[in-house]
Amino acid sequence: MCTTCGCGHGLIQIDGKRLQHSRKPAGAIRYRMPANLPRQTSLKASADYPVHKPDLIDFGSGAAQAHASGMSQARMVKIERDILAKNNLHAEANRCYLTERGIFALNLVSSPGSGKTTLLVQTIAALREEQRMYVIEGDQQTENDAARIRACGISALQINTGKGCHLDAYMVSQGIQRLAVREDSVLFIENVGNLVCPAGFDLGEAHKVVILSVTEGEDKPLKYPDMFRAADLLLLNKCDLLPYLTFDPELAINYACRINPSLRVIQLSALRGEGMSEWIDWIKVGYHQVVTSKKKIENSQHHVD
Amino acid sequence: MHEMSLAENVLQIIEEAAYHQSFTRVKTVWLEIGQLTCVEPEALRFCFDVVMHGSVAQHARLEIIGIPGLGWCKTCMQEVPMATLYAVCSQCGNFELEVLCGDTLRVKELEVE
Repeated sequence: MCTTCGCGHGLIQIDGKRLQHSRKPAGAIRYRMPANLPRQTSLKASADYPVHKPDLIDFGSGAAQAHASGMSQARMVKIERDILAKNNLHAEANRCYLTERGIFALNLVSSPGSGKTTLLVQTIAALREEQRMYVIEGDQQTENDAARIRACGISALQINTGKGCHLDAYMVSQGIQRLAVREDSVLFIENVGNLVCPAGFDLGEAHKVVILSVTEGEDKPLKYPDMFRAADLLLLNKCDLLPYLTFDPELAINYACRINPSLRVIQLSALRGEGMSEWIDWIKVGYHQVVTSKKKIENSQHHVD
Repeated sequence: MHEMSLAENVLQIIEEAAYHQSFTRVKTVWLEIGQLTCVEPEALRFCFDVVMHGSVAQHARLEIIGIPGLGWCKTCMQEVPMATLYAVCSQCGNFELEVLCGDTLRVKELEVE
């Protein structure tokens, strides 16, 4: 069992190659750790402190007897630590890395089959003349999605999570390095199709974008509130099918805004193109904001120098 | 099944504490789980036993402290209970509640020896 994401051991693959499970950077990763966060010390097994090995924590029959009543040395240890702290640490490092380089990263989340990959293919087609873009694809198995993106002439990396149900910030940090994402670009991260787990795992993206297709139920935002709460933008996809369905878009949007009143909503059809220009404009605005932040950071560093 | 990932993270926190605070066995683990987090306590309980197997916390008792959700209604300007993320203000029916409490997910305390 992987020690961070809980996936099957050795099942995470990036472009078909196994991801190292040491959870230590494999190569030279140059992002800075946020200064105000405590550095996590990794636990090294030693003769004194055997760790996570059944034989080394085996109290044996002797030790069990030593714990007879009255002999216990039980004590309380205050911990007070966030269970997701480790992921959040990697996510903040990713965020610093991306912002300092003017890389606008979007984490695309939805249930399977909402049209995320088609949306990406159409988005790339609309932006490719003017924008440098990269894609990280997360799926449990297959390289099909990355292959679809590469066919558009864009660098794409496939992360197979094996039994894992979501991407985590460490996987994405490895992906960013492997893709050699250049400055002033847009990075799309297509998460594993799952409306539950990816909500809890910050990847260091600028925004989570949740995609809901009109072939699903209007009440999905109520059924999966965490995801709609975590997102900044809702794309209501496959709107060209509305004449054939009983789906009420106003009701779905109403439910989503009930979960997250500041949620921005764009109705579109990735396949037919309606509404795509609004989505493209939203990306352009976000990208320019990131580039502006990068320049501000550079200027303040020059100022300090 | 992200409860499995969370249980793995709990184990990492416990192992780091075991290393720094010199204990070799964990008897009880207290986790704070907010009502508004995306965690199902029963699923976490199941994963906890599986993940702790063979570690310093094997056979440890898991105590879950539920933290009730609490929101702030901008219209009524007061705190109101919040059972779900889509809860409405119990006073005025407004949806725009800001979460004050209940989104925590923490290892609070350990009983060790």
